[in-house]
Amino acid sequence: MLVGRDLTVRRGAITALQDVSLELRPGQVFGVLGPNGAGKSTLLATLSGELRPSRGQVLLQGRPLGDWADVERARCLAVLPQSSTLSFAFRVADVVAMGRLPHRTGRGADAAFVAAAMAAADARHLATRSYLELSGGERQRVHLARVLAQLWPGETGQVLMLDEPTSMLDPAHQHSILKAVRAFAAQGAAALVILHDLNLAARYCDRLLLLKDGRPIVAGPPDEVLQAEPLRAVFGLDVLVQRHPELGHPLIIAR
Amino acid sequence: MGSPVPARFLFFVLGLLLLVAIWLSLALGPLSLALGDSLAAALRLVGVPIEASGLEQAELILAQIRLPRTLLGCAAGAVLALCGVAMQGLFRNPLADPGLVGVSSGAALGAAVAIVGSTFIPALPAGWEPYLLSVFAFVGGLGVTLLVYRLGRRDGQTHVGTMLLAGIALTALAGAVVGLFSYLADDRTLRSLTFWNLGSLNGASYARLWPLLLITIAVALWLPRRAKALNALLLGESEARHLGFDVERIKRELVVCTALGVGAAVAATGLIGFIGLVVPHLMRLLVGPDHRLLLPASALAGGSLLLLADVAARLVIAPAELPIGIVTALLGAPFFLYLLLRERL
Repeated sequence: MLVGRDLTVRRGAITALQDVSLELRPGQVFGVLGPNGAGKSTLLATLSGELRPSRGQVLLQGRPLGDWADVERARCLAVLPQSSTLSFAFRVADVVAMGRLPHRTGRGADAAFVAAAMAAADARHLATRSYLELSGGERQRVHLARVLAQLWPGETGQVLMLDEPTSMLDPAHQHSILKAVRAFAAQGAAALVILHDLNLAARYCDRLLLLKDGRPIVAGPPDEVLQAEPLRAVFGLDVLVQRHPELGHPLIIAR
Repeated sequence: MGSPVPARFLFFVLGLLLLVAIWLSLALGPLSLALGDSLAAALRLVGVPIEASGLEQAELILAQIRLPRTLLGCAAGAVLALCGVAMQGLFRNPLADPGLVGVSSGAALGAAVAIVGSTFIPALPAGWEPYLLSVFAFVGGLGVTLLVYRLGRRDGQTHVGTMLLAGIALTALAGAVVGLFSYLADDRTLRSLTFWNLGSLNGASYARLWPLLLITIAVALWLPRRAKALNALLLGESEARHLGFDVERIKRELVVCTALGVGAAVAATGLIGFIGLVVPHLMRLLVGPDHRLLLPASALAGGSLLLLADVAARLVIAPAELPIGIVTALLGAPFFLYLLLRERL
């Protein structure tokens, strides 16, 4: 699927990323956690081909990312940046439809995919509104629908990368959006999500990576990663780890 | 598409507006021809066999004076509006103007060099001066734009923010040099410098028309092929890249396109402001921001509005003529303010 090997990114004298290796697997959601400035977005930029690593390589479906033609790559790799700036009055449905630009699937199929992606991101009721009239959280959902539409219906071999997709959402939407990402991944795509909320990560990710100062600290399933020791080392935060009473995943409580 | 006005109806109205503007531009002037006469003469010129008695004068005026002037206005208006759309897309800002990348000020600099310089070359044949002016203006516009583009590049990437600031700095620099030339110029030279800076379709000739017409056609055929890329670019450069577009190439193409288009327009007509800013803005209100509709709509409206402004420039103080840049600014600036207040950008 998507493999990053020994990724190192240097900016002048600063090492933004050092020896990070990871593998995104079909049907799984991979979470990246770490304090501000830990290199999470740099990692995402490197994995998506926007930033060339100083060392190491990224393989998409076994082929180096740089060997892919732009359009071909866009058909199986979609990226949601932290914040998108759009200052033109497109209709929401037209913004989401831009996700279909790399494809030649025809107007009918595109319209169906766009509608399905909007429904998944809970943006369908916004379809005819102007993008500029929306709130920050609504805009975030529209862009999520756009990147979902880019890969819809989702199949093995595709990769979805999301940089803090829940940062502007209310609690109910944080959960519904991550559920939608899980459901999308269940159709075969691999997903990488940068998150700040440890409990959301515990609940919705299959595997996690903790980053600090550009270095990987721990990687593995939530049960192994979300323990008091590594969390103190990475975030400098003293926490209690309990079990979720109904679902059984780790529950992180600050002391 | 999400256009507030049905696209087909709008294009019909814009087409009609352009035809009316062309007709008025052919018929009106210091020597007003009867509207019917000018229509008949125009039809004869394009080969329609119409009984022509007493149309000889109309035909002569049309063929030698008004037709090149009308086509020049059409082409300049269309290409300025198209390049305005391209720059607003490149800078992802509805308030961007084609002059932002320094092409207008570079052309003004080139023109100033040509106007003031030609007074120092006594042997210059009289007929050469306008061509020398056009060539210098074109080269100046192209040169400054390429310099702005170079300054905006770092590590193989073009930073549009840096380009914007470099454009502002070089515009100021070019303005200072033009100012210096004006200071050094004698009265006659100063007058032609001033007139050139205000823009005019006066003195249109086929020789001046052809280069602009060819570049306008090229730009009008090429830009719509990049309509989807421009749409994606509005989301952000990184988003466009992730949608499979070669963003660096598109940015380069947009800059080259604008430098050629605006450079040729300014070289042929002088500085005509506000068309490149107001027309795309107005069309966006009518058809929405989708470039697949916005580009052709802006080309049609730009041509029409420039022609109508030129007709006004010819008539207001007839038999004398106002520089057209004054008309477009007088009409464009208040209209732009109105849009600004209405929309609360």
